[in-house]
Amino acid sequence: MPEQTMAEKLLSRACGRLVKGGDIVICRPDFAMGTDGSIPMAIDYLHSIADPSRGPIDPKQLVFAFDHYGALSGPGALRLQEKAREFALAFGVPLFDVGEGIGHQLMIEEGFAAPGRLVVGADSHATAYGALNCFGAGIGSSDLAGIMLTGQLWLETPRSIRVELRGELQPFVSAKDIALYLARILRADGANYRAIEFAGDGVAHLDLDERIVLSNMAVELGAKAGIFPADETLARFLTAESRDRSQTVAPDPGCEYVQEVTVELGSLRPQIALPHRVDNVVDLDDAETTPVDVVYLGTCTGGRIRDYEEALEVIRAAGRVAQGVEVVVTPATRRINQELRERGMLDEFRRYGARLESPGCGACCGTCGTVLPGQVIMSSANRNFKGRMGDATARIFLGSSYSCAMAAVEGVVGRRTKGAS
Amino acid sequence: MTRILARGVIRAFGDDVNTDYIVPSRRKKETIDPERLRHFMFEDIEPDFFASLTDSTILCAGTNFGCGSAMEVAVTVPISAGVRAVVARSFARTYQRNAINNGLLTLKADTSALPANEEARIVEDAGEILVEAASGVTVRCDPMPEFVIDMIRHGGLLEYLKAHGRFPEQRA
Ligand code: SF4
Repeated sequence: MPEQTMAEKLLSRACGRLVKGGDIVICRPDFAMGTDGSIPMAIDYLHSIADPSRGPIDPKQLVFAFDHYGALSGPGALRLQEKAREFALAFGVPLFDVGEGIGHQLMIEEGFAAPGRLVVGADSHATAYGALNCFGAGIGSSDLAGIMLTGQLWLETPRSIRVELRGELQPFVSAKDIALYLARILRADGANYRAIEFAGDGVAHLDLDERIVLSNMAVELGAKAGIFPADETLARFLTAESRDRSQTVAPDPGCEYVQEVTVELGSLRPQIALPHRVDNVVDLDDAETTPVDVVYLGTCTGGRIRDYEEALEVIRAAGRVAQGVEVVVTPATRRINQELRERGMLDEFRRYGARLESPGCGACCGTCGTVLPGQVIMSSANRNFKGRMGDATARIFLGSSYSCAMAAVEGVVGRRTKGAS
Repeated sequence: MTRILARGVIRAFGDDVNTDYIVPSRRKKETIDPERLRHFMFEDIEPDFFASLTDSTILCAGTNFGCGSAMEVAVTVPISAGVRAVVARSFARTYQRNAINNGLLTLKADTSALPANEEARIVEDAGEILVEAASGVTVRCDPMPEFVIDMIRHGGLLEYLKAHGRFPEQRA
């Protein structure tokens, strides 16, 4: 038997035969997630070739999450959402409605993503599931329609890039900085058509939330999947949540990688992506200082408990947010929101004048609220294309939750006091 | 035998054209109808793009075309605007996947020599796929897997599934 990468093993399992990088496979995803942004079109595709009374072949294989649109999205969006809702109700598709949170995080919280599985999402950040030692990949609406029709999906088996994480991060440096650093050295297309497989002793120092950031942002490098190995940390999480952990995969020693990259975590400094590219990354210390209007704390990249702990740690130490800076808190899911409330963190944010929003994608892609023309935003999100948050004249900087909070406190993006933490 | 796969006027773009540039996602919340959305094609980087289209178009680009969000309107809208093919040095995988699933020809080639705003055609000849510009510049494209070509020939994934009833059997 040839040595296989994790990606090859996971897709071999999903299609029932031994495959290697480059092979086209027809496989059965364990679960496929769709959002209000992608489901309406999938329904159109389905009904373009099948009777409108036709439902999905296996409704329980699907998960619908309404996260992109909300009350602020306008009548068109709400009509599209209603179409998806009617479909879900008519055919018994599990549905997380508006306010439950971002689909990707729900897939992890609710146990759909688990080791050994193939879990896809009709939204690019489905790579996030890879943190749980499964193959998580983004698909399109037509693929989702294909899954509704046949239960199956075609995929090309990716070759893998091995990213070795060595050592431990310094204080105030986080997984987001690793992700931005990888974008900096590999560029936005550096992992195109590839799977990223994380390895090395540094993995053990990252908790699950941090791994999700790296898997989530793997797609910003073009990767099809960003897969973590199974270890004690994952086992503890799965046990605590009473989840299946029988199907973990590990790379075979001697398996073939197309590229190997090493990141020394101990010497990594905070990173920042400047407008308008996720790979336009410099050390935070080297960024020119720019007055900031909005600090955005949320999204499937930066809207988890750990992010808010990190942000509060910085804001608390300063005792205030700089005047004129609007801090927006949009937790990824209701469950996260709940925990923040129970721990008094929402109140704390409120006391610092933050605007608290209900769980979901929020203004991340400009569909649920938008930023204003010309604003400068420091965001814990994953993308900063021109127009991404709803206005093409806004300038979006991306950084860790620490760095975002730092901007909130100092009133500028970049460091006023160079070199200080 | 030479088979013409597409023809059109070349419109050239650079590297890393993301899906939000192709169609801003804020537009998609109003409608997903390509005939309405096509007016907003490239509006953030080339506001007059759609108005300036004459007939069929071949988009040419550098690396990583279609990066960013996996939204499929970034494929259906160009098709609706008369884009017959996209030739790029490389594609973001989600974009190429969506394109194939919708029967849009996406070819990988060194596009640097292709002249912008010139008529061109894409031909298949003895298993090779070539882009031939009117002035005579010709570039060779990377080959595509048989299953993928078959899907494009059918007009996309759903049409393929409609014709065959299912995905192809797999070799063991
Ligand atoms: S939070 Fe942003 S990046 Fe994540 S799924 Fe929502 S819109 Fe996409």
